[in-house]
Amino acid sequence: MFAELPLLSLLIWTPILGGVWVLYAGDRQALTVKYLTLAVSVVTFVFSVMLYAGFDTTTYTMQFIERSSWISTFDIYYHLGVDGIALPLILLTTFTTVLVVLAGWEVIEKRVAQYMAAFLILEGLMNGTFAAMDAILFYVYWEAMLIPMFLIIGVWGGSRRVYATIKFFLYTFLGSVFMLVAFLYLYSQAGSFNIADLHALPLGLTAQKLIFIAFLLAFAVKIPMWPVHTWLPDAHVEAPTGGSVILAAILLKMGGYGFLRFSLPITPDASQAFAGFMIVLSLIAIAYIGFVALVQHDMKKLIAYSSVSHMGFVTLGFFIGFSIYATSNSLSGAVMGMEGGMVQMISHGFISGALFLCVGVMYDRMHSREIKDYGGVVNTMPRFAAFMMLFALANSGLPGTSGFVGEFLVILSSFKASFWIAFVAATTLILGAAYTLWMYKRVIFGDIANENVAELKDIGSRETVILLMLAVAVLLFGIWPAPLLDVMHPTIEHLLEHVMQSKLG
Amino acid sequence: MVNNLILVVPELTLLILACLALVIDTFIKNPASRGGIYWFTQTSLIVTICLIYFYCPHQPTVAFENSFISDPMSTVLKMFICLISFVVFLYSRDYLKENDLLKGEYFILGLFAVLGMMVMVSAYSLLTVYLGLELLSLSLYSMVAMHRDSQPATEAAMKYFVLGALASGMLLYGMSILYGVTGSLQLTVVAEYIVQQSDANHFLVFGLAFVIVGVAFKLGAAPFHMWIPDVYQGAPTSVTLFISSAPKLAAFAMAMRLLVDGMFPLLGDWQGMLIILSILSMATGNIIAISQTNIKRMLAYSTIAHVGFLLLGLIAGSRAGFAGSMFYVIIYALMSMGSFGMIILLGRKGFEADNLDDFKGLAERSPWFAFIMLCLMFSMAGVPPFVGFWAKWFVLKELVAVDMVWLAALAVLFSIIGAYYYLRIVKLMYFDQPTSMLAIKASQQMRLVLSLNGLVILALGLVPNVLMALCISALTR
Repeated sequence: MFAELPLLSLLIWTPILGGVWVLYAGDRQALTVKYLTLAVSVVTFVFSVMLYAGFDTTTYTMQFIERSSWISTFDIYYHLGVDGIALPLILLTTFTTVLVVLAGWEVIEKRVAQYMAAFLILEGLMNGTFAAMDAILFYVYWEAMLIPMFLIIGVWGGSRRVYATIKFFLYTFLGSVFMLVAFLYLYSQAGSFNIADLHALPLGLTAQKLIFIAFLLAFAVKIPMWPVHTWLPDAHVEAPTGGSVILAAILLKMGGYGFLRFSLPITPDASQAFAGFMIVLSLIAIAYIGFVALVQHDMKKLIAYSSVSHMGFVTLGFFIGFSIYATSNSLSGAVMGMEGGMVQMISHGFISGALFLCVGVMYDRMHSREIKDYGGVVNTMPRFAAFMMLFALANSGLPGTSGFVGEFLVILSSFKASFWIAFVAATTLILGAAYTLWMYKRVIFGDIANENVAELKDIGSRETVILLMLAVAVLLFGIWPAPLLDVMHPTIEHLLEHVMQSKLG
Repeated sequence: MVNNLILVVPELTLLILACLALVIDTFIKNPASRGGIYWFTQTSLIVTICLIYFYCPHQPTVAFENSFISDPMSTVLKMFICLISFVVFLYSRDYLKENDLLKGEYFILGLFAVLGMMVMVSAYSLLTVYLGLELLSLSLYSMVAMHRDSQPATEAAMKYFVLGALASGMLLYGMSILYGVTGSLQLTVVAEYIVQQSDANHFLVFGLAFVIVGVAFKLGAAPFHMWIPDVYQGAPTSVTLFISSAPKLAAFAMAMRLLVDGMFPLLGDWQGMLIILSILSMATGNIIAISQTNIKRMLAYSTIAHVGFLLLGLIAGSRAGFAGSMFYVIIYALMSMGSFGMIILLGRKGFEADNLDDFKGLAERSPWFAFIMLCLMFSMAGVPPFVGFWAKWFVLKELVAVDMVWLAALAVLFSIIGAYYYLRIVKLMYFDQPTSMLAIKASQQMRLVLSLNGLVILALGLVPNVLMALCISALTR
């Protein structure tokens, strides 16, 4: 229906050019700038819905392909396309950006235009990362994303923002440059930067292992996996609410997306060889970081650690398939694990975004993130407490919320691989409930702790709209995940068929 | 003879114009009209650019019995040298005016330096290389010393002169050995002689080592980098701006002529030496730059790191690798020009904005120029979409293509260390509060050209193809 429009280019360039326009308009007309930003982000969201409407869920092939020469000297193309993996992530990006713009509406007071523009430009770059079909184009979007994020944390962040943002930048930069070297090596072998060509390229095991490690550095830092997760709590705590939301909801997903798009299909044999290692890292993240989250007294830090723990499920789901396939010789278990990982990514985008927004709502009123400064918030903010209840339960994986679907699928497929893997993974159901609900209890329930809490005002209509949208998403995908699974199913099945075939010999 | 002369028309014209400027300057009595020399200089450069374009031969052509060559590489590099010098003089004018340095000598010496660079780029015998190099160096020594009453400038000039003379001596010694072994000053003859040698000639390698030392000195590669920080910091900013931009192109051309045109069969020997120089430069430059508080000095160390990176293309030893180095050096000159231009822009009469703290809160004082500086810094750090990324990408790609993945991996590791101090400038501009809210005072043309300079960095990053193709075609004959 919309196939004639270059939707992917629109998704990338509308927000970027909109951001430039916003910058040009400047701070003098702050309100105009806000409405302009909102309009641009809503229009972009509409484009992504059109993309979804026009998407053919029966095939795994790339759709909405755009291809034109960019750097002809080296065969680099401006080559875009989406499949069942990229589409949900693009939808998540555009949806979250609208929320973030709304969330910063009254809160951001200094340099409003730059703030809004940074998020718009970031949105365009994120869409570009998910849509790029050329390795170098992907890399350009991937790295360029760091610049607006660096500024968002550094300019509008908390007291230790400079430390946090430089740590964030250098950590992610460190991971990605080795990915670049891997791309260059692959080019020297394949003579092309086209990702599809790289998928088809036969490689020896040693080369695959080295490339896998280079990719792992980039993606593990981004996800982040234990033990390279230490930048995340700092970045989350210091970032403004909008920055935390984008960071948790989308930037972390880049790492997971990278595994699906690059590591697994380009180096299947190395992935198989390292699968055990990856599973162990994932389990450490799930269980150990769960315990770490339990002892946090800063709410944002707690959610940040909970993110690391939940993202452990994503990597577990992606790499569990190898041993299932080896024992059962059927793809269905592996497909279930990988789909679980994908659903977990999307659902975590909603839930962690929502929780960060909830903390933001309280922080705007109290200017504290410490759990001990709160208590009895339900007495003064009943509506807010209800919303946060839902998100807290979703975070602990309550059936009926989207948090349950992903975790359940991953645990179920882990059972097929090994009881003990499933056992460790399932501890998250206890730990997740423990740290989330305990925090909820301490903050929301009980008697009113102090006079600051007594003076709290319940959420206004703007905040209600934001949280309501997220609540609907969390419940919708919890009760009826079929649309999401339908979109990704053919792609994941095809991906696994490819991955399970050795590139050696 | 006429054929010979036609090939050097741009150089001859520039020489005549420079001499003319010298004469005109002596007749200008009124200090107020000193600026006239500036316009004369700029016109000369434009005329030279046009002549280079019109007189470029379709084929590589040699003249004066193989001691001068005009080929696509020389055409491209000369045009960029003139263009960059043009912008440098434009940036310099405000600075010179405010510091009472606006004298004819500055521009005349500048013109002679440009002439020296052009000779270096086209040199095809050991003698011409040396002639061009000395013309350039002597002009630069005196430019550094222009600010006679400034103690740091005088000190810098002395250091530059003594170390520069030492380097020239080394180079000359290497050249004399080459001459002794091969019996000729012409690079073609040298190259032929080396090819005919069946087994390794240790005298040749001995000479080569000294030549490399000379080249490394002029480029500023560690461990021959000692002069760079002192000269960059001590010299008047406009001179630093000049030294850090166009002469790098000439030094690159010198390396190309001597190592590739003259001694390509010794690739295996000079490759190893360059690897050591390159790694040392990237390490020294990037690590020491972190601890600097003076931005001129910090950029000096960043230069050393960039030189290490641009050597990577030469190390690759392929035509495409050389093209990568050429792309890198051009981009580096553009970025360096913008950064030093920014220091000039922020300065005022009697005040040099050369401390890192002077950049504090620039985003509030002038959002536009803070953005331009942001482009320059991220570009130097090699972050896409700015063109500095493509420069690094290009040389790394050629390095990987010749199976030197380990060196590429080492290079990116150093570039992460380098990213830190560029980020610090962005941090100062965007995250800190300004210490003064004084408005930026600069002429319209300076603002315009500096803005263009920054935007070119961004635009080339979005569409790098044209310049890449130009560099490749200039080097694949």
